[in-house]
Amino acid sequence: MKNRRLAAGIVLASAGAFLLVAPWGLKPYGIFILSMWAVMTIAAIGLNLTLGYAGQISLAQAAFVGIGAYITAWLTTKGWPFWPTYVFGGVSCFAVGWVLGYPALRVQHHYLAFVTLAFNTLVYLIFRNEEWLTGGIYGISNVPRPSVLGWSTNSPLAFYYFCLAHLALVSAATWWLIRSPWGRAFVALRENPIRALSLGVDTRRYTLVAFAIGAGLGGISGALYAPLVQFIDPTPFALGLSLNLLLMVVLGGSGYFFGPFLGAIVAVLLPEWLRFTQGFYLMGYAVLVIVLMAFSPTGLLGLADRLTRPARRRTASAAGVPPEPAAESEATR
Amino acid sequence: MADILQLLVAGLATGGIYALVAVGFTLLWQTSQTINFAQGEFVMLPAFFVLIAMGYFGLPFWLAVAVGGVVSVVVLGLLFKKWMVDPMIRHGVLPLVIATIGLAILMKEMVREFYGADAWPFPALAATTDVAVLGAVFSIQSLIILGICIAVVAALQLFLNGTRIGRCMQATAQNPTVARLLGVRVERMILYTFLINGALVWVASLLITPIYLAKFTNGEWLGLYAFIAAIIGGFNQVRGAIVGGLLLGVVDNFAAAYISSQYRTAIPLLILIVVILFRPQGLLGRVEERTV
Repeated sequence: MKNRRLAAGIVLASAGAFLLVAPWGLKPYGIFILSMWAVMTIAAIGLNLTLGYAGQISLAQAAFVGIGAYITAWLTTKGWPFWPTYVFGGVSCFAVGWVLGYPALRVQHHYLAFVTLAFNTLVYLIFRNEEWLTGGIYGISNVPRPSVLGWSTNSPLAFYYFCLAHLALVSAATWWLIRSPWGRAFVALRENPIRALSLGVDTRRYTLVAFAIGAGLGGISGALYAPLVQFIDPTPFALGLSLNLLLMVVLGGSGYFFGPFLGAIVAVLLPEWLRFTQGFYLMGYAVLVIVLMAFSPTGLLGLADRLTRPARRRTASAAGVPPEPAAESEATR
Repeated sequence: MADILQLLVAGLATGGIYALVAVGFTLLWQTSQTINFAQGEFVMLPAFFVLIAMGYFGLPFWLAVAVGGVVSVVVLGLLFKKWMVDPMIRHGVLPLVIATIGLAILMKEMVREFYGADAWPFPALAATTDVAVLGAVFSIQSLIILGICIAVVAALQLFLNGTRIGRCMQATAQNPTVARLLGVRVERMILYTFLINGALVWVASLLITPIYLAKFTNGEWLGLYAFIAAIIGGFNQVRGAIVGGLLLGVVDNFAAAYISSQYRTAIPLLILIVVILFRPQGLLGRVEERTV
């Protein structure tokens, strides 16, 4: 146990150090891809809260990234400063996510998947067709990058650190959240909603909160996406990105804190390194997803967890979160 | 009046195709709780089987169609069940959903990489001429599509209700445990539904590809429409899927003509959301009771 913890600490520290020095010596495009990884990880962390912890499947995460991105792009090109638009983007997504949570109170599983899928496509259609607002297929270009305390983030490197700082903040907040009573209630909701309800967890409220926070993080990711790419059009926010984010979360390990980080590496960074394989990369990716689902539905981290964990400590539920008794004791408070 | 009649027939023709795909989708769900996110790609693929049989093996069209049918039933029915569904279904619904999303990507990319990203012309089953009835002009093609869809659905209903195997399949869908106790070979019945699904997507592929050309992205919207049809009609009823499919085709056509072609796709989605929120079991479905 102690060794496991130590090993995890060393891995974490070296990963953090690697992220800090990684962009040195990279061309601007390499730094751009790394920044994209950070941005997509934030969106995936949001989805992991909704799906992995609270157990509510959502195929609408791309819509929230889009809403955040459009709000930021639209307002900053109108001359607004970055921070108010950033907050506005996150809060709007939180609100829309809250509303989207209502269907989840009525329907579950695949029905919920289709409601959110329909929502994502509707939002995409609005992005594409409401030209007066979104610029239609021509999009919004020349999105400015913000400056922090008078320090401009115009250079790729500065913006990468800006994204990385956001990722660190979001991670810390999420880490705290899933260890708070709220996070425990999310897990209770996932494991057995009816039992959670009978133990006094307000499942209605927590379902909505799980959706809203997940969506809010999607919005933050979008608010970073717009100044990162500096040009947005409807295409990136179609259903494909939602499916991709879902695959990231599940591939990395849904319900594991570091699942989204790993999933985003596989989905965002690997395709660039393996660019020489062209179309074969996506085929390999698809095969990986299928094989992983057959042998380890808890994703890469679930697999790692199973391989490193001593046999007697194996638990039936997805690990990495406190096992059920802990969740219960929190939930009954 | 003539306009409305024309739109109605064209809508019913595409709706019939959606219905075929949706029926396969609900059959899989009923007997094995499989939700196939790759169902759209399953419709995209048989057309390429036929094209490959024609182009690379030089077979005449009708022989190629037959070969495509056999390959579809084997690959999309038998192998899909043996290699994907069987190993995964014990993990629950979600891993299989994710895996079929992966399968959809795999199928799309394989077609793009090994066959090509273009839209390939596909021979129509019948002459593409028009016929005038009561002042309205119908294309022979849509009438034939509609006829084939009705024939296939009728044959399927006859099979399900009128034969021993069909009734065993229904029993499997309703209550596998009791069916097994009564001597129904449940595993085999589940396999049959997968084979039937393979055949249904093959027919749908032959009907729809001449209209929209054979392209690797065809599955994306086809699958979506099949899901919507299945949910609108009722996920657990074959006749629900038929009604849902026809309704969707008609609504889609009328929306494109009378409301807005830009928001054409939005109308089915809005119907989907409304149906899910207010009648989650679908228009014709029964409520599924789940144990705690």
